[in-house]
Amino acid sequence: MNRIGQGNKIWSQEKRDLLVLLEREQSRSGCLSRETIAELAESLGLSVGEVYGVASFYSFLSIKPQGRNVIRVCKSLPCYLKNSQLIIESVRKAIGIGPGETSADGKFSFELTNCIGACDRAPAMMINDDVHVDLTPRKIAKILEGYK
Amino acid sequence: MPEKRVVLANCGVIDPKDIASYLDRDGFKALKKALKLPPEKVIEEIKASGLRGRGGAGFPCGLKWELARKAPGDEKYVICNADEGEVGTFKDRYILENDPFSLIEGIAIAGYAVGAKKAYIYLRAEYHFLLDLIEKAIAQSKKKGFLKHLALEVREGAGAYVCGEESALMDSIEGKRGEVRYRPPFPPTSGLWGKPTIINNVETLMNIPRIVLNGAEWFERMGTEKSKGTKVFSVSGDVKKPGVYELVLGSSLKELVDDLAGAEKIQAVQVGGATGRIIPYKMIATPLSFETILGAGAITVFNKSRDIIDIVHRTLEFLAEESCGKCAPCREGTQVMVGILERFTKGEGWEKDIAVLGELADTMALASMCGLGQAAPVPVMDSLQYFRGAYDKRIQS
Repeated sequence: MNRIGQGNKIWSQEKRDLLVLLEREQSRSGCLSRETIAELAESLGLSVGEVYGVASFYSFLSIKPQGRNVIRVCKSLPCYLKNSQLIIESVRKAIGIGPGETSADGKFSFELTNCIGACDRAPAMMINDDVHVDLTPRKIAKILEGYK
Repeated sequence: MPEKRVVLANCGVIDPKDIASYLDRDGFKALKKALKLPPEKVIEEIKASGLRGRGGAGFPCGLKWELARKAPGDEKYVICNADEGEVGTFKDRYILENDPFSLIEGIAIAGYAVGAKKAYIYLRAEYHFLLDLIEKAIAQSKKKGFLKHLALEVREGAGAYVCGEESALMDSIEGKRGEVRYRPPFPPTSGLWGKPTIINNVETLMNIPRIVLNGAEWFERMGTEKSKGTKVFSVSGDVKKPGVYELVLGSSLKELVDDLAGAEKIQAVQVGGATGRIIPYKMIATPLSFETILGAGAITVFNKSRDIIDIVHRTLEFLAEESCGKCAPCREGTQVMVGILERFTKGEGWEKDIAVLGELADTMALASMCGLGQAAPVPVMDSLQYFRGAYDKRIQS
């Protein structure tokens, strides 16, 4: 039977770990390189396209090399209402790069992200897995100092 | 109706790191009670309570469980949806931070009732900082012998709003791109890996131990005809006291944002996040219920200084970015709406745009594969209905 609605392909047991393996590699090396994607595809019996498809779908996975620390400033409405633009500008001034860029020394990548669930203490941002809340422009430099 | 802590009863009271403090507050008594009953009886109780899903869609919880229970096969799954990504929602974070044990008890009861041996908590990537706390709570519950019938594992998301949608969520657990599935079949008959699966929101599962322990009748007395129990709300935006509030269903929006959260000079309130309703101040007395307005309980308040079109434009930008891209009405429709709204923010709207937005909204609502695309036009249409003047002012003559 090949009706619409029956199209969900069930992956075999080992393929099911793909996302978990990608997440692990991301946190280990900070990037999912072409080589990693090809190796994973081969070992799991998936096509490179299938692995690339997953690796490029999720915003916390990156197929581009990233800095040692990834800054994600929330751009969603509740933070916007609390002047997240000022936070974005402060980060830009502090590290000299804009959203979507990685600093030349490889220390920081700067991204904007959607709602991180800290709206009660907006504006907020994440650096790696840490959540920073109740931000003001003055706090930014001090927070960034804590990351090497 | 006043604030009432049913779901949040233990939040701020117990130590989320120590199961002993939960056991002192009748912890796991509901599970013990449930395990002495036939599973069908547990499901009957949940059905009788009138509990509906708290993730936004409001599907009757007991009915979902019964469908999965009756579905053929021995391999069944329970998934707790802890992927709250709706803009302006943080209630599940608050629950997980303060009372992971009630959630684990709710999942344990759900597993017993539907006949699942394996359960997952799908935790959003942004809440990675809660992983350790949750895993320790699971380990303690296991050590105390409360999870003999059910293996419970946390799976982490990797940053995708659409994975809060149940079919995309299942694809993500299966290791794939989080894309929406065609339905039918529905998860209770064919879900995770094609097996019968129930997916419940964190808050829905939090209600389970309370209902089992106190009885459906106790629960059913709270709320309105079609909305039983309480609802937990996340309030943010232009308010003095942003935070998490729990109210009996049927309480008014005014009680929540005005009396409790201290909103000032309200122009509009977004109820239900990006795909939710935009309610003008004149309708502030509207009750919060499944019959009226609710969603997953994300409440964002906008004062009179805010530009409604800017808000709607930003909302649609978010939805366009987070559309999984599988179906055209959502993928293309959200983009076209962003383009039109962007012109309006610059004061360059066209007269015919209004009709185009309406037509597009109808198509998206009718033809999109999941709630994201179906509900994406809601903020646009609400703002056109209640704030038409803001659009008219920006139409080029």
